[in-house]
Amino acid sequence: MTRVWRAALPIMTVLLVIIAIWYLGAIRMNATWERDQAARAGIELSLPELISKTMTQDRPILPTPHQVAVGLYDGLAGQAITSRRSLVWHGWITLSATLAGFGIGTVAGILLAVGIVHSRSMDQSVMPWAVASQTVPILAIAPMVIVVFASAGITGLLPKAVIAAWLSFFPVLVGMVKGLRTPDGMQLDQMKSWSASDSQQFWRLRLPSSLPYLFASLKVAIAAALVGTIVGELPAGATAGLGARLLSGSYYGQTVQIWSALFAAALLAAALVAIVGVIEKATLQRMGLAR
Amino acid sequence: MNILPILGIWLGGWAINIWLARFDTRLTCTAVAVVFGVTLLVLWEAIVRLYSVPSVILPAPSQIAASFVANRSILWTDFVQTILRGALSGWIIGALAAMLTAIAIDRSPFLQRGLLPIGNFVAALPIVGIAPILVMWFGFDWQSKSAVVVVMVFFPILVNMVAGLKATDTMQRDLMASWAAPYPAALWKLRLPAAMPFLFNGLKLTTTLALIGAIVAEFFGSPTRGMGFRISTAVGRLDLPLVWAEIVVAALAGTLFYGLVALIEKKVTFWHPSQRK
Repeated sequence: MTRVWRAALPIMTVLLVIIAIWYLGAIRMNATWERDQAARAGIELSLPELISKTMTQDRPILPTPHQVAVGLYDGLAGQAITSRRSLVWHGWITLSATLAGFGIGTVAGILLAVGIVHSRSMDQSVMPWAVASQTVPILAIAPMVIVVFASAGITGLLPKAVIAAWLSFFPVLVGMVKGLRTPDGMQLDQMKSWSASDSQQFWRLRLPSSLPYLFASLKVAIAAALVGTIVGELPAGATAGLGARLLSGSYYGQTVQIWSALFAAALLAAALVAIVGVIEKATLQRMGLAR
Repeated sequence: MNILPILGIWLGGWAINIWLARFDTRLTCTAVAVVFGVTLLVLWEAIVRLYSVPSVILPAPSQIAASFVANRSILWTDFVQTILRGALSGWIIGALAAMLTAIAIDRSPFLQRGLLPIGNFVAALPIVGIAPILVMWFGFDWQSKSAVVVVMVFFPILVNMVAGLKATDTMQRDLMASWAAPYPAALWKLRLPAAMPFLFNGLKLTTTLALIGAIVAEFFGSPTRGMGFRISTAVGRLDLPLVWAEIVVAALAGTLFYGLVALIEKKVTFWHPSQRK
């Protein structure tokens, strides 16, 4: 119990400080508008009045935490999940594209890594370009990818999934190349002395010993896939998904909507990473690799 | 019939690479990578030409190059607006802020235990999402892009820097203590240098993030220049060669930015094992 407390106390303190700063910031940033309104109406606002008014604005510059919480709760639980106002519905659209892209990216990353580990010429030709491909700010060209796919008649889930896949493939590739190369000379020699074939060496030694690296990369990859999907939803015309919520919120000045969508995305990201973490723990424990 | 030359190019490039890979010297390693890149470009050009792919879907490399040359002045203004003003300023501010915060919380284990889990959590979040909010607060010009970049790069650098400041072992710290070194001296002479490999890890990681932040923030509102603005309007006019020219600029800028940071890293952390030949 004391251990949990020791871990939780500092985090709680920092969170409380952040929330306090948030409230102060909200009061400060929203006060200007309230003062202007009051001056126009010719009334003098007392400080408590001013503060309470800054917390209940319809379109605040910075919504207060409780406004965001209400917006988030309303979006998650207050609507039928088939409604277009429901964050669950938008979240599902985003989630499905994220998972599709994550799947494609992971498979591509693993296959490329296997190729790279087994073929010297592939290692030398693909690896530098795979690294270089990550200095390209791919997210920035996401809208173009969407438009190009749309002009080829493909809309919906696939274009977003392609962007998500592009972002998630790299961490998997790097992690797997490293993981497949972890078996040291001693272990490889042992396999050789058992006269194991190449495929046996791969399935029984290289693949199992790469799993810890794979899972570490998968956690990075799934977070990256979510970011890719959300940015893929930004271009005008997308009407569904958390990214579209962000964009329409910014067009109509609905700050509460932006913040709720943002927090919904954060929750989704945290949940996805946590799920991968649970699978990791279970798998590694079963294989006796857990530390 | 069109498939034959494409297959030919692919097999040709592949054969050269398999032959080159056998030598395994530094020169041939570079050559292999170059051959692979050139093969891809030639394949791209060949596919676009042979199947007459419309340029609204995929322009050929030659069209992109032509557009690049024709639009040099536009590309340059966009580069200055987005990369130099937006991304670079934000990256520098964010990095400095993260380094100072790391040094500040370094002396308090309580703050570290509180901030680090939150920092790690935030680093995994889709932070680009705050772009619309910051554009609302700071206006359409480069200040808002810079702010997005600051937030995006802050946590990765913070987490790395805090880890770096811990990277000295007890023996080294004991040595400092036995010389009666005060905290600033120990920080300056031992712990900051020891933190540099970690710091540069974070700095390199965030170069691409900075470009992404600056460009994506422009989708939410920008003056009539900037790479994000140009990409979204050129896509609207279906001027895909110009879009690709912008992408080339972004890729070059990203590589250059990363390369510069890596070069500085090499000068600063020349003592680190990973820099040895």
